[in-house]
Amino acid sequence: MEIRILGAGCPRCNEVEKRTLNALTRLNVAADVQKIKDINEIAKYGLLGTPALVINGKIKSSGRIPSLEEIKTWILEEKQT
Amino acid sequence: MKDRWILSIFVAVFLAAFFIPFGQLNIQRALIEAFSLLQEYAREHVLLCLIPAFFIAGAISVFIKKASVIKYFGAQARKILSYSVASVSGSILAVCSCTVLPLFASIYTRGAGIGPATVFLYSGPAVNVLAIILTAKVLGTQLGVARAVGAIVFAVLIGWIMHVLFEKKQKSAETQPDIAIEEEPGSRPLWKTAIYFATMVAILVFINWGKPGTEGGIWATVYNTKWVVSGFLLIFLAWMIWVWFNKPERKEWTFSTWIFAKQIFPLLFAGVLVAGFLLGRPGHEALIPNEWVAQWVGGNSLGANLFASIAGAFMYFATLTEVPILQGLLGAGMGKGPALALLLAGPALSLPNMLVIRSVMGTKKTLVYILLVIIMATISGLIYGTV
Repeated sequence: MEIRILGAGCPRCNEVEKRTLNALTRLNVAADVQKIKDINEIAKYGLLGTPALVINGKIKSSGRIPSLEEIKTWILEEKQT
Repeated sequence: MKDRWILSIFVAVFLAAFFIPFGQLNIQRALIEAFSLLQEYAREHVLLCLIPAFFIAGAISVFIKKASVIKYFGAQARKILSYSVASVSGSILAVCSCTVLPLFASIYTRGAGIGPATVFLYSGPAVNVLAIILTAKVLGTQLGVARAVGAIVFAVLIGWIMHVLFEKKQKSAETQPDIAIEEEPGSRPLWKTAIYFATMVAILVFINWGKPGTEGGIWATVYNTKWVVSGFLLIFLAWMIWVWFNKPERKEWTFSTWIFAKQIFPLLFAGVLVAGFLLGRPGHEALIPNEWVAQWVGGNSLGANLFASIAGAFMYFATLTEVPILQGLLGAGMGKGPALALLLAGPALSLPNMLVIRSVMGTKKTLVYILLVIIMATISGLIYGTV
């Protein structure tokens, strides 16, 4: 599973990363998690706000801090496919 | 990285402690001014203005669905909509200033093009909800409104000029969907969200209602009843929060508010101390003599506005710190025209931020953009100064 967290490096993006890692630990799922800070790289994902969470190339949330429950749901969704 | 930061802070603090002539009278006076200004902020602005503003900012970032606004920036959107939405949406989309740059990059490369992207780039930091609220409270409603209006109007102008100068013709070939996220179905009808926000803003306005200059009239009546009205509105708000929002949502809201406070408070604290130390409170001189301020940015000359504009463009202002700095400058003799110029050029641009913009648009376009901002800010200052 490939997870990317898009954000220019402010506390909100760090919080998304923290929650994502937390979710992965709780679900006992392994994933390649990377933070993308370069804004041109972020722009390549499309028209969205930061922080944004991308799992396996699909944008799950943008412009807000998703809750731990939501992140867990998405990880499980992606694990199925 | 973190350790290098800590080391440089140690060195800086040591050098300051070693070299600053604390024995000198003017330094002592400046220090007292720094803390007096801090006390003024603590007593007059934190409880009734900043804290409610942080809650409002938190609410905006949690409860407003961004996707519905972002779709206006797509390449398929009608240009008039893109421009007008871009100029005001900064207040909704970019409550955290770091959201502006990535969104600008994506509008520029995959969305509606350089015009709307530049509009958003300029207005985003300028229509920042927290900044407008604090500007209006500390520097006066007139300047707050002038700042907001000026930012919106000139954002559109700058964006349009950039578009005219630089837009390539073929962009419409983009057929791949650029809307990155599906519109999430709202868990709450729009009118409920609207009333919720309107109530919070109303509470903020009422508790900060100023003392009227003259007796009688509507203004005075409102002033005399402001606490009662605010009280009722607060009860209404509490009811709304309890009934219309569920527990996770409330938690997210307070959490978001806390993140803003955590991020912005220390910077504002430092900014107030620096502003107080260098410029002092209105009526009290600190380190920088009032004559210097009056000489460089006093009155409403072209030179004063231009100087304020250019200085603002290059200086870095952490979110909200432009307010105490401007307060100090105005108190030391800055004209209101140059003050507006600084407000319009300052938060939107800074040297580090210019470099990032350059990595997206290239040097030529960035230079033109900077020039346009400086020119617009100067002109706005000149006009406002004569009002």
